[in-house]
Amino acid sequence: MTPRDTFLAEAAKRILITDGAFGTEIQNWKLSEADYAGALTLGHDQKGNNDILALTKPEVPESIHRAYFTAGADIAETNTFSANRISQADYGAEGLVREINVESARLARRLADEFQAKDGRPRFVAGAIGPTNKTLSLSPDVNDPGYREIDFDYLKDVYREQIDALVEGGADFVLIETVFDTLNAKAGVMAAIEAGEALGRDLPIMLSMTLTDLSGRNLSGHTVEAFWHAIRHARPLTIGLNCSFGAEQLRPHVRTLSGICDTLIMVYPNAGLPNELGAYDEAPATTAGLVAEWAEAGQVNVLGGCCGSTPAHIAAIAERVRGVAPRAIPAPPVQTRLAGLEPFTMAA
Amino acid sequence: MMTASATRFVNVGERTNVTGSAAFKKMIMAGDYTRAVEVARQQVENGAQVVDVNMDEGLLDAHHAMTTFLKLIAAEPDIARVPIMIDSSKWSVIEAGLKCVSGKPIVNSISMKEGEEQFLHHARLCRNYGAAVVVMAFDEVGQADTQARKVEICERAYKLLTGIGFPPEDIIFDPNVFAVATGIEEHNNYAVDFIAACREIKARCPHVHISGGLSNLSFSFRGNEPVRRAMHSVFLYHAIPAGMDMAIVNAGQLDVYDAIDPELRTACEDVILNRDPEAGERLVALAERFRGTDAVAEKAAQEWRGWDVVKRLEHALVKGIDAHVVDDTEEARAEIAARGGRPIEVIEGPLMQGMNVVGDLFGSGKMFLPQVVKSARVMKKAVAHLLPYIEAEKAAGGAEQRGKGRMVIATVKGDVHDIGKNIVGVVLQCNGFEVIDLGVMVPWSRILETAREQDADMIGLSGLITPSLDEMVTVAEEMQRAGMTMPLMIGGATTSKVHTALRIAPAYKGPVVHVLDASRAVGVATALVSDTQAEGFVAGVAADYQAVRDAREGKGANALLPLEEARKRGFAADMALKAPPAKRPGVHVYDAWDLADLVEYIDWTPFFRAWELAGNYPAILDDAVVGESARSLYADARAMLDRIVAERWLTARGVAGLWPCHRHDDDVWVNDRHSVDTRSPDGGSVPEGMHTPDLDRRNEHSTRLPFLRQQIAKREGRANMCLADFVDPAGDWIGGFAVGIHGIDAHLARYKSDHDDYNDILLKALADRLAEAFAERLHAHVRTELWGYAPDEQLTGEALIREQYRGIRPAPGYPACPEHSLKRTLFDLLEAEKNVGLELTESYAMLPTAAVSGFYFGHAQAEYFGVARIGEDQVADYAQRLGVDVRQATRLLRPNLD
Repeated sequence: MTPRDTFLAEAAKRILITDGAFGTEIQNWKLSEADYAGALTLGHDQKGNNDILALTKPEVPESIHRAYFTAGADIAETNTFSANRISQADYGAEGLVREINVESARLARRLADEFQAKDGRPRFVAGAIGPTNKTLSLSPDVNDPGYREIDFDYLKDVYREQIDALVEGGADFVLIETVFDTLNAKAGVMAAIEAGEALGRDLPIMLSMTLTDLSGRNLSGHTVEAFWHAIRHARPLTIGLNCSFGAEQLRPHVRTLSGICDTLIMVYPNAGLPNELGAYDEAPATTAGLVAEWAEAGQVNVLGGCCGSTPAHIAAIAERVRGVAPRAIPAPPVQTRLAGLEPFTMAA
Repeated sequence: MMTASATRFVNVGERTNVTGSAAFKKMIMAGDYTRAVEVARQQVENGAQVVDVNMDEGLLDAHHAMTTFLKLIAAEPDIARVPIMIDSSKWSVIEAGLKCVSGKPIVNSISMKEGEEQFLHHARLCRNYGAAVVVMAFDEVGQADTQARKVEICERAYKLLTGIGFPPEDIIFDPNVFAVATGIEEHNNYAVDFIAACREIKARCPHVHISGGLSNLSFSFRGNEPVRRAMHSVFLYHAIPAGMDMAIVNAGQLDVYDAIDPELRTACEDVILNRDPEAGERLVALAERFRGTDAVAEKAAQEWRGWDVVKRLEHALVKGIDAHVVDDTEEARAEIAARGGRPIEVIEGPLMQGMNVVGDLFGSGKMFLPQVVKSARVMKKAVAHLLPYIEAEKAAGGAEQRGKGRMVIATVKGDVHDIGKNIVGVVLQCNGFEVIDLGVMVPWSRILETAREQDADMIGLSGLITPSLDEMVTVAEEMQRAGMTMPLMIGGATTSKVHTALRIAPAYKGPVVHVLDASRAVGVATALVSDTQAEGFVAGVAADYQAVRDAREGKGANALLPLEEARKRGFAADMALKAPPAKRPGVHVYDAWDLADLVEYIDWTPFFRAWELAGNYPAILDDAVVGESARSLYADARAMLDRIVAERWLTARGVAGLWPCHRHDDDVWVNDRHSVDTRSPDGGSVPEGMHTPDLDRRNEHSTRLPFLRQQIAKREGRANMCLADFVDPAGDWIGGFAVGIHGIDAHLARYKSDHDDYNDILLKALADRLAEAFAERLHAHVRTELWGYAPDEQLTGEALIREQYRGIRPAPGYPACPEHSLKRTLFDLLEAEKNVGLELTESYAMLPTAAVSGFYFGHAQAEYFGVARIGEDQVADYAQRLGVDVRQATRLLRPNLD
């Protein structure tokens, strides 16, 4: 069975669990500049470059993966959110993109295999691809709305480099997450399709959008439904939402996606909204209670956490949804589904 | 229509297509993308469900034009909300376009013209970019013309595409619409072939759609719009049931099938269905009769007077015809009275019925604002006729009736602008609301008092200048203090959702809603008074505003530079390019500029915008959707303008001053000598007059003009602009002006007493245009004569409107010098009150309302910009320069603070 088939088979049996935040967990280690840099001499302060820990202090991501698997996760998301040439350039580490991704994927793979060997339950590795800090849809210059800092082909190449390395390290899927710009995501999809073609096999894509306003749009202005129309050609293994707000605020948008998407729904919200100090203080039981409502309403297939979530949150969620039936994938009528910022559907 | 249920027939907007629109092509060739973007916006506003973009023009870098245009419209949410159709015959242009469009677009088109391999290669790429495709019925042999060929090619393409996993629902076939009635016998069956092919393709290829470009069909009748429209309508009437479900067409150019002249309709039908060999010749012969005429409408114009009175009233309301309304109303009243009914029943019955039709047409975008205002005029006249009867009945003990809701509206204290407010009032009244209009410069106490006394359901506030924003916050605070709970609606040019969310809504616990324009006022007001919708609507708006506030808080706004740093990065003007000294320094006064001279300088585009008709003049007159409305409005405006000029309704008074000055930091110091005063003796268009030097006051004054500087951190190489940058520290010249249009009140009073909102708004809008035209004309006079740095300037009206001249005239309160109190200083320099009778309110709005004032900068590099957000350091600095305390400065600068 291919990873896609295995995943679909598992998802048909139960609600699967993906992991939680890395950033906030890494903070707990109180790492110094020297911890981050390790033996590397890059000429830039590496503090805050969480992804480089795969090379300089791999015990950190390893322990976090281990904690999430122990908490009940079925999926490990590689610690590679910023491991692309654009984001790594801020640390002068763009030359290490391949190594960071290969090592991060290897690490997650090793642990996934270890846990799978223990209890026979399949574990998966999703190669995480962040949005980068550049956007294809918006001009950074208010005086020049037609200006773009980067173009589609450049971003596609950036993603391709990362995807190839993640696959080399053993990732099962490509997870294009925290999509604030739909066109960035489309460049990522194109890169993944081309990577799959080069490999000569199916390379499943997972897509996760992030909302920037409560009406349910991302930064480039797409509604969740328009987003689905825009990326449906990726035949995503999962589609869903992450980050954004807490579960409370995501509720109507999860319901919308759940009703229209003929694929698995994956949602991993933040642990509530940050308090005045920027910290997340939603209790694990609270988060679990909120996401369980979606589970019980038959709206989700995969649950997990984003900013502020901890292994305790993941354990609480896994515990709370155990035995709850997963969402059945609907079969919407065949219709032409186009989109601008808003969806547009033609009758059959 | 968009999401809830699927759309059955799709109109693809065709005006952003250089091969289809000469006007659009001209804009793109000239690099005028600003106007080109407006064309796209207009199409979407007018109901295009998909926007077709085509840049295939031999002289154009289509690749560059396509990507530039697509990126620009991506930045416009009200355009980008609909899917784009990327239209080119060159694959490289299509692919470049696909890399700029998010969402899911349509590619138009691919075909098997160059063989299967190429076709499938392009199809795969379209799929991977996430696009649907239009597939032309075109193969290695050529374009399909017969039914059999069309079906054969489409079916072959379908099998190939589904064979590589291309989703069938993303295939749109274009089986080629060809011209009929060309005189060539082989062409006679083209439409029949198309229609029959549609049916067969739909049967053989599940889930696909069928599209076509209609303009080809009627190619033989170029220049004969009535016939072309009729042919297109008849064609769609038969093709849509056969399976055609998308067309690239100007939706406004379609007639309703049933409304086509029966003779013409039959002739078109004979041609399209190829009923007999002579059909083409018959249509050609008949076509001449329809060329340029609107015979149908003329006939209808006579006919309606013969209908029964209820139908007549409805027709008068919908068409805005007031000629017979008093007679018809009286007839209806008499009829109702005869069977024992009450006069109010005329309003509640036929009149409201008619207004409901108007409301529905307006709400669905089939009718536009000028027509609605005309309808309101008809309504008001009818009601005025009935009022004495209703009063008499009331005196006899009848009950008072109440409309859908009662709203108090006002332009806030310190502001005098009311065109927008009046339009909102009219539109609401048309929709059954009772509107109590308190006029302009209304203090909060009166607004609250009236709302309470009249038991209003809501309050609407309007304002045009930025200080009004603060005043609106005050009204909201006072409503809160008074413990009110009724909804507060906010509208007017400087208001915004963001300001409403950040400043006004937090001040008042009741519902606060920003209303973008008059056409949305009805929906908002209706929701607010609805028993069932109000709660949900208010909660939705509140959540939306909370999101605005969260977004503001969460994301830091653009970083600001310290003022000192911004000054260092100021614009380094090349002082070799400064203007020479003024030829005729001092203050020049014009008591009555020739109005006829000003008419030529009118920029009509904003006039149409004031009436919420989107589009640029003169193209708007031929616009498919609003063209008819625009033409009628324009004809009325020109007729009124003729009377304004001939009968001297209005007086244009203006003053311009030119003074030596120098710059120090961000200040310009004006050596205001009040030295020269010229007055045009006869007020004619020859503005020269006697000089009265007043040498006593030489050098007595030196006036400081503090200007503001942009502080937002910019990309390398972009200056942080300040108007002072255009002035030489070593000595230079600056100017100022103030113009106003006087004498409007007597005429407005006349219209008011005649219940004629239409002409009332029309006159105000024209006075505004004349003031702007005067500012333009006076500026030209300053450049060529008074300052005289461009003595040979020869510019057309169009070039003036596009500001293709040297120098700028920024106005206090506008983006380059956003602080309004500078108007006080300017007025003092010009002695504007004494010289031209202009006054300032406490919020620095000018009276009379139709007025413009500003500064002249003559430097060749001078340009407009927006100061935008500034920092606390500049506020403190500005306070010190202006001579006020920081609190006062903060109040004045609030729109430019966080």
